[in-house]
Amino acid sequence: MTSERGAVTRDGDAEALARRRYLESTPRKRFFRFWREFIRRRPLGAFGLFLVILMLLAALLADRIAPYDPTALSFKDLLAPPSPEHLLGTDNFGRDVFSRVLYGARTALLVGFGASVVGCTLGLVLGVIGAYVGGTWDQLIQRLMDVLLSFPLIVIAIAVVAALGTGEGLIGNVIAAITVPIIPRVSRVVRSSALSVVQMPYIEATRSVGTGAVRIMFRHVAPNVFAPYLIMMTAFLGQAILLEASLSFLGLGVFEPTPSWGLMLRGAGMQFLERAPWLAIAPGIAISLAVFGFNLFGDSLRDALDPRLRTA
Amino acid sequence: MRRYVVGRLLLMIPTLVGVAVITFVVMRAVPGDIVALRYAGSSVPQDIIDQERHILGLDKPIWVQFIDWMAQLARFDLGQSLWTGHSVIDEVQVRLPLSLELAVIATVLAVIIALPLGILAAVRQDTWVDYAIRIFSVGGLAMPSFWIGIMLVLGTITFLDWAPPLVYTSFFEDPVANLSQLVLPAISVGYRYSAVSMRMTRSTLLEVLREDYVRTARAKGLRETAVVVRHALRNALLPVITVVSLEFAFLIGGLVVTEQVFNLNGIGKLLVDAVAHRDYTLIQALVLLLSAVFVLVNFAVDMIYVAIDPRIRYS
Repeated sequence: MTSERGAVTRDGDAEALARRRYLESTPRKRFFRFWREFIRRRPLGAFGLFLVILMLLAALLADRIAPYDPTALSFKDLLAPPSPEHLLGTDNFGRDVFSRVLYGARTALLVGFGASVVGCTLGLVLGVIGAYVGGTWDQLIQRLMDVLLSFPLIVIAIAVVAALGTGEGLIGNVIAAITVPIIPRVSRVVRSSALSVVQMPYIEATRSVGTGAVRIMFRHVAPNVFAPYLIMMTAFLGQAILLEASLSFLGLGVFEPTPSWGLMLRGAGMQFLERAPWLAIAPGIAISLAVFGFNLFGDSLRDALDPRLRTA
Repeated sequence: MRRYVVGRLLLMIPTLVGVAVITFVVMRAVPGDIVALRYAGSSVPQDIIDQERHILGLDKPIWVQFIDWMAQLARFDLGQSLWTGHSVIDEVQVRLPLSLELAVIATVLAVIIALPLGILAAVRQDTWVDYAIRIFSVGGLAMPSFWIGIMLVLGTITFLDWAPPLVYTSFFEDPVANLSQLVLPAISVGYRYSAVSMRMTRSTLLEVLREDYVRTARAKGLRETAVVVRHALRNALLPVITVVSLEFAFLIGGLVVTEQVFNLNGIGKLLVDAVAHRDYTLIQALVLLLSAVFVLVNFAVDMIYVAIDPRIRYS
């Protein structure tokens, strides 16, 4: 092994050097080094990150970049094919598809972030409580999660949507519907990581000083299962975007006139498949690129943070 | 071993009862019952609505309804659909062959694609082959199956001037018509499915390839194919089998959206309709059926473990 100066050193020296570099660095420097290394060593992950940033920009700047109002009807160019005027053509109401795809990124990100942040956080809370408290409560939580786990994501989401109701402006219900099936999947992974943290001597030490259970769970246990939590969050972002598209496609998600990729595929996309294929192609590519980006990024983040974790 | 099998089978009963209780409670907590939904927006007098509830037994206290249902179940009677009036068995019988057949075709397709590619990616780790296969598989997870379905239909219409038939024919009546209807949905579902299995194959194989006995096999001069297939793959297969089987169980009830695209009348569509109609008996029966499939598949996986791995023994 060679050090930075090029002299041959033993492993112990390299370790000492790494430790010294770590101690001399600031959190800020470590943050930048992590991402520099990430981009250099994981080209696929960097590409995923690029797609994610692209989508974030599209969503944030939609009102600046979009050439048209996504809800403006124009009856003189119905189902117009892609042209310099309408980059991705227009739909059966003459609305500009490119503008609708850009605004659709907002809906997808809102639902995606909303559902995965809430779902993963509730999963974290349940997982940590289960691991720390143990006994009957743990068993109760686990059995409940088992029942939720024995159904496909989409079936549970549909049941929740049916319970809460759908309609124009009820996007919160869509987020809730996608949140519910995420919770058990996260809580199981978090619980298994938290179980080993709970055994640590420092937890016992904290308890012997008289710290309360709630404080131990959320100040001492939770921060130590943060890596799986973050990884699951990026993984479920993609899943949540897919679920939103599926629900909207079924007519159980976002409602018109909110631009949503799944919704664009639903009506005209199917109806005018032969006459206006761009209606079905554009939103599908948008969904795929978004989920592709989040998945690639999440995968590489997992490899970088915790290679032992495996999420299928 | 026999005692273990019997024990496992008996343990399924409390699990399924638990599922039954939870579905029962959750569905009744949902606002609006089937009668309210049927007459929503119309000016039907209240006494007719009450009468309808009485006929369907929805006016009884909830715990009485629950005991009635449990008593029915104990006699293996799943009851009638509240919406159509047909028996649940009949409703399921019409749809199950289609869902089952689609699940089987998709599984076969997925395994045929996933195993060779997963092995190749693991053996050529961090080369362009690995990257290409991984991009292919992440793509499978990223593209919505229903969109792949739409694109396949678009492709066959434009380039082959052919579209899948819209009416279901049984395989035993007309195999060609049957398969030509199911092949596109099977591909669109199978791609995602193969991506999941491929990733599992790759990651477990990578783990196993670092084991000592693989080094030993190489050291004694075995050919690389023999090392990978005979020594590594056989030991990496268990998690892959788990993933494949669980996906199979999910496919039977979870193909809601793909069924919509191809106008297939399967179990997933039935379940969604039942939820939309608040058809309590049908929902409860379907949920029980799907969890029974899930539990049985789980059990089958454990039995397959015993059959292929002599180190695993249950007692």
